[in-house]
Amino acid sequence: MSSAVTILKGVMATRSGKIGVVLVGFHLLLALVAPWLVPYEFDTQTAVIDHAGPSLAHWGGLDTLGRDVLTRTMLGGREALLVTIFGTGLAVVWGSFFGVLAGYLGGRIDELIMRSVDIFLAIPWMIFLLLVIASFGNAPIVMILTLGFFYGIGVVRMARAATLEVVVKDYVLAAKARGERPLSIMMTEILPNVRDVLMVESAMRWSWMLLAFSALSFLGFGVTPPTPDWGLMIANSRIYLVLAPWPVLMPMIALSSLIIGINLTADALAKSLGVDKTTRALV
Amino acid sequence: MTAPLLSIENLSIGFTGLNNQSIFIVRDVNLTLAAGETLGLVGESGCGKSSLLLAMMGYYKQGLGRLRGSIAYDGQDPGLVSPQQLQALRGGGMALIPQNAGQALTPTLRIKAQMVEVLRLHSDLTPGAWHARCLALFERVQLPDPEQMLNRYPHELSGGQQQRVAIAMALAGEPDLLLLDEPTTGLDVTTQVGVLSLLQEICRDLHTAMVYVSHDIQVISQVCNQIAIMYAGEIVEMGPRADLLTQPVHPYTQGLLASIPRLNQQTLPHPIAGEMLQPVHRGANVGCGYAGRCALATDQCRETAPMVQPIADRWVKCHEVTAAIAGEFIRPAQKLLAPHLGDSELLTVEDLSVRYQAPTWLQSLRGKQSPAIVRAVSFGIRKGEIKGLVGESGSGKSTILKTIAGLQRSLSGRITLSGTDDLTEPVESRPRGSLRKVQLVFQNPDASLNPRKTIGEILRRPLELYFDLATGVMDQEVDALLQRVNLPQSYKGRFPGQLSGGEKQRVAIARALAAKPELILCDEITSALDVSVQAAILKLLLDLRADSGVSLLFVSHDLAVVETLCDSVLVLEGGEVREAGSCAEVFKNPQHAYTQALLASVL
Amino acid sequence: MLRLIARRLIFAFVTLWVVSMVVFSAIELLPGDACQAFLGQMAQGKRLENCRAEHNLNAPAYQRYSDWALGLASGDLGKSIKRSKPLEEIIGPRFRNTVILGLTAALVGIPLAILLGALAALYRDRRADLWISFIAIFSMTVPEFITGTLLISFFSVWLGWLPGIVIMRADAPLLEVLSKIVLPVMTLTLVMVAHIMRMVRTSMIDVLASDFVMMSQLKGASRVRQVVMHALPNALLPTINLIALNIAWLMGGVLVVEVVFNYPGIGRLSVNAISDRDFPLVQAIALLMASLYVALNLIADLLALVLNPKLRTRGAGL
Repeated sequence: MSSAVTILKGVMATRSGKIGVVLVGFHLLLALVAPWLVPYEFDTQTAVIDHAGPSLAHWGGLDTLGRDVLTRTMLGGREALLVTIFGTGLAVVWGSFFGVLAGYLGGRIDELIMRSVDIFLAIPWMIFLLLVIASFGNAPIVMILTLGFFYGIGVVRMARAATLEVVVKDYVLAAKARGERPLSIMMTEILPNVRDVLMVESAMRWSWMLLAFSALSFLGFGVTPPTPDWGLMIANSRIYLVLAPWPVLMPMIALSSLIIGINLTADALAKSLGVDKTTRALV
Repeated sequence: MTAPLLSIENLSIGFTGLNNQSIFIVRDVNLTLAAGETLGLVGESGCGKSSLLLAMMGYYKQGLGRLRGSIAYDGQDPGLVSPQQLQALRGGGMALIPQNAGQALTPTLRIKAQMVEVLRLHSDLTPGAWHARCLALFERVQLPDPEQMLNRYPHELSGGQQQRVAIAMALAGEPDLLLLDEPTTGLDVTTQVGVLSLLQEICRDLHTAMVYVSHDIQVISQVCNQIAIMYAGEIVEMGPRADLLTQPVHPYTQGLLASIPRLNQQTLPHPIAGEMLQPVHRGANVGCGYAGRCALATDQCRETAPMVQPIADRWVKCHEVTAAIAGEFIRPAQKLLAPHLGDSELLTVEDLSVRYQAPTWLQSLRGKQSPAIVRAVSFGIRKGEIKGLVGESGSGKSTILKTIAGLQRSLSGRITLSGTDDLTEPVESRPRGSLRKVQLVFQNPDASLNPRKTIGEILRRPLELYFDLATGVMDQEVDALLQRVNLPQSYKGRFPGQLSGGEKQRVAIARALAAKPELILCDEITSALDVSVQAAILKLLLDLRADSGVSLLFVSHDLAVVETLCDSVLVLEGGEVREAGSCAEVFKNPQHAYTQALLASVL
Repeated sequence: MLRLIARRLIFAFVTLWVVSMVVFSAIELLPGDACQAFLGQMAQGKRLENCRAEHNLNAPAYQRYSDWALGLASGDLGKSIKRSKPLEEIIGPRFRNTVILGLTAALVGIPLAILLGALAALYRDRRADLWISFIAIFSMTVPEFITGTLLISFFSVWLGWLPGIVIMRADAPLLEVLSKIVLPVMTLTLVMVAHIMRMVRTSMIDVLASDFVMMSQLKGASRVRQVVMHALPNALLPTINLIALNIAWLMGGVLVVEVVFNYPGIGRLSVNAISDRDFPLVQAIALLMASLYVALNLIADLLALVLNPKLRTRGAGL
C-alpha cells in the first residue's frame, strides 16, 4: 500500500498532476454522495415553464421536461463511472493476461493471440456494441462485459509490447536458468516491471471508455430514461443549445472536466514513473 | 611559436541542479593542441571525456551547457560564433568520428547521400566531381568495392565497414582537427587493429591534429603522442605518451595502469578501491575529485582543490606529488600458481553442436538442418579449474555457455556433470539438484538484476529454491553472501538502481554463489565494467575459487583478462575449436593461425 | 520483399473471411432470428412464416452463411428486411458519402497532424509545444458529439457562416456533398489530428535525440536540413502503422458524427438499422466497415514496407 501512496505523491508533484487528481477525486466523491446532496429528485417535473434559465431555486435551470438540471448533472455520472471503472478493470485484467502470455511464450501461441487480436480489431466495435445492447438490454453488467471485452483487445497489444521489452533482459533469463516455472516468472519478474506502463495505459483507456459510454448514451443506447446521464442529457437538449444552453452546458462541463482530469493524471503518472514512450494509440 | 590550433582555458561544463547548485560534468579543464599534434583523453565511464570532446565543437548534450571558461579553435570560440560560422566549422574545420558508426548513420539515406552532404557543405567541388571524390575517399579508408558501397544503406554494412565510412565522411571536409569518440569500441579486436592502423596512417600522411577519447589507454598509446588522464571531470595528468606510460605520477594514473591486465605478467592487476562517483553525487566537492579512492589522500586533499604542478614536460594536479612519485602505495599481488587440480573431471562436453533452432518442417522435408552456431565442440573442466573461452563475436562462446545452462534447445552431443547429471537436457527437464550445481552470471549488470526487487530478495530467491532453510538461517546466509563479495550488509534493503555497475556485478556473483554451485558460467562478466573495477572482480573470482574450489567457465573476448584469470583456455572461431590447452602453453606458444592472429591484435 | 507483400495480402483476405464468420455468428447468437427480431411483438403466424421464407431463414446456419458469403463476393449484399430492397441500393450511396467524409478528414488531418507534431517536438516544452499539446488534449477529451454540437451552435446557428445539420439526399452529387461537409469534417479532423499529432511528436522527440541526427548537426547541416532530410523520415516511418490503426479506430467515431449532423452515411444508417432490428442490413454494413479497416491497414503496411530501407534490402552479415 505504501507504493500506492508513493505513486500518488509522484503524480501530485506537478501542477497538472494536482489538478488532475483533484478533478478525478471530486467526481468520484460526487458520484458516491450525490444522492444525499441533491436538492430535488431527478425525475420530478416541476410544473413551471421548461427551459427556464438558472434561478435561485434551480441553479442550473430546467431542462426540456422541466426537470432540475443541477440535480441531473450531479447524478449523471454515476452509472458512467460505475460501468467504466469496472469495464476498465476487466479490460486491463484480461488484456494483460493474454498480452503478457503472448509476449512471454512467443512462438505459436504469440502468433495465435496476435492474429486473433488483429482480426478482432477489424470488427467495427461501435456497431457491435450497439447490437449487443439492442439485443441484450442496457443493464450495467451488459455494458461492463461488452466494453470490457472490446477495450481489452487493445490492452493485449500494449501489454505484449511491454512484455517483449522485459523478456529479453538478463534477469528473466537468469530466472529461467534457475528453473523457475513460467507462471512464477510472469508474476514475479515480468509483471512488476510492466506494471508502470499498464497503469498509465489503464488510465488512458478509462477516459476513452468514458467517451464511448457517453457516445452510447447520446445515441440512445446507454441508460434508460429517466435515469440521468450526461450523454443523454446532451442529446436531449442539444437542439435548443443556442436558446437554452444550460441543460447542455452543465453536463458538458461535468463530462469534460472528468475526462480532462483523468488525462492530466495519466500524463503526470507517466512522467513520474518515467513512462514516456507510450504510443498512446487508441488500440 | 605558432599559435596553438586548439586552446581550452578553465572550461567547465554542467548544469544547474536543484537549489541552484552547479553540477559539473567537466571542471576547470585547460589544454592546448598544436597543428598536427595527437592528444589522447583517457578516462573511465562518467569522467566527462565525451562531453569535453563534443564541447570542442560547441555541442552540448541535452540539458548541459558551458558554465565557464573559453575555447579557441583557430581563433574562434564555437560558443560565441554565429550559427553560419558554426556550421562551417563543424565538418569543415573539425570533424567528428563517432563512437557507434552504425547508429550515427541515418538509416533512411544511402551512403552516397550522406557522403555528398559533407562535400556539398564544405568543399568547393562541383556536383559533377562529388562521385569521384567519394570513391577516392573510400579507397583512402580501404573500403572494398567502393562503387557498391556508395549505393548501399547503412544497415547493409558490417560494423567495421560502417566505421570506415564514418572516417571517410570525416575526412571529406578536409578538417584540420579530427575528434574521435572511442570509434573502435564495440568492434572485434581484429577489426579494431585494422581501423587503428588506418588512423595512424591518416595522421601521418595528412598531418591532421587529433583528439582521441577512449577508456582504453592501450588503444590511445597506439595513436597519440600526448596523453591526458581524466577523472571525475578533471584532467589530472597530461604529458607525452612515452613518459606518462613508463613513469606515471598521479596516483590515479598509476592505479589505472596497474589495474590493466596484460599478457605475460607476473603480477595480478591491482584494483583501485571504490568507484568513480557520478556527477550528481559529487556534490559540492571542493577538494580533489580522486580523494575518495586515493591511498595517499590527506585532509588537505579533501578540503582544497589541487593546483596544477608542472613536472618536466608534463603537469599533474595533485597535492601529494612527492609521495606519488615515490610510488610505494601500489603493491600488486603476485600471481599464485593454480592450486593443484586433481584429475577428477567435473564437466564433460562431448561433440556438442548447437543450431539456431529446430529445422522448420520445410527444411526437414529437404533433409536440411538450420545453420550451426557451434560445431562438434568437446572439452572438459576439472574440479576447481578456471577455464577460459575466447573468441570474437559469432564464435559461439556465449552459446556454449547458455547450452550448458540449459537455455538452448536444438543441440546434439552430450554434456555431463560429475558423470552423473545429464546437462544435455534443457532447464525444464533438469532435476533441482542439477540446476543448483550450475549457475550463470551475465555480462550487463544493469540488465541482470530485477529492478523491482531488493538485493535481499534477489539473494534469497536461490536459497528458497534450492534449500530448505528457516527464515532466520536464510537471513544469516544472505548476510554471509554479501560479506563474501565485499558488500556492506546495509545493501540488503536497496534496489539495484541504487548500486554502481561493479556492485551490481558483485550481487550477481553472490546470487550465483548462493546456490553453492560446483560450476559457475561467466558470460563476459567484466566486459561492461571499468578496468579498475574489473581488476577487483577478477581478484574476487580467484579468492572464491581458492576458498570453495568452485570451477569457472569464463567467456571473454579479452585475451589478457583470460590469461590473468584462467588455468586453461579454449579458442573458438565460427563455432569450432581452434586451439585448446593450458594458458601458459596457448599464449606463449600458439599453434593455430587464428590464435596467433588474435594474439597479434592485442595491443 | 515480394514474399512479405504476398503474406500481407493473404492475411488481409483471411482476416476478412474470419471477420465475416464472426459477424455472421455474432448475429446468429443474438436471441431470435432476424425476422423475429425485426417483427418484435408481431412475430407470429403467417407474418413470421412469410418473412422467414422471403429471407431464407429456414435453411441451416452454415448454408445461409455460405450463401451470404458467396453473394458478397459477387457484389450481392442481400436484402433488407425492413425495406425489402436489395441492400446495395441502400448502402451504395451512403457508403460513398462516408468515404468522402473520412477521406476529406484524412487528407486535411494527416498533413496537419504531421506538421503540428513536428513543430511540437522541435519546440518541445516551449510555448508552441504547450499550446499545441493543450489544444490536442482538449480535442481528445471532449467527445465528438459535444464538439460537433458546439461547432454547429457556433458556426451555423450563431454566426450563420456554415451549414450545420446536413439536409441532403443520400445520392446527392459530389459537389453538393462537399459543400455541406465542412463542419463534420472539422469535427472528425479535430480528434484525428489530436491523436496523430501526439504520436508524431513522441516519435519525433525520440528521433531528434538519436545519434544520427546529432551526427548530421555535427557535420554542419542546418537545422532545416537536419529535420527534413534526417529526422522526419525516420520519425514518420514507425508511425505509419499507428496512424492507420488510429484512423480505423476512429471510424467508430464517424458513426456519432454522422448522427450529430444527420449526415446520410453508413454510420447513421447502421444506427437506424440496429434500432429497426434490420439484421441483414447491419451484417452487411459491419462487413463493409471491416473491409475498409482491413484495406486501410493493408495500405499502411505495404507503405511501411516499401518506405523502410531495412525491409527492402537485406542486412549485412549478422
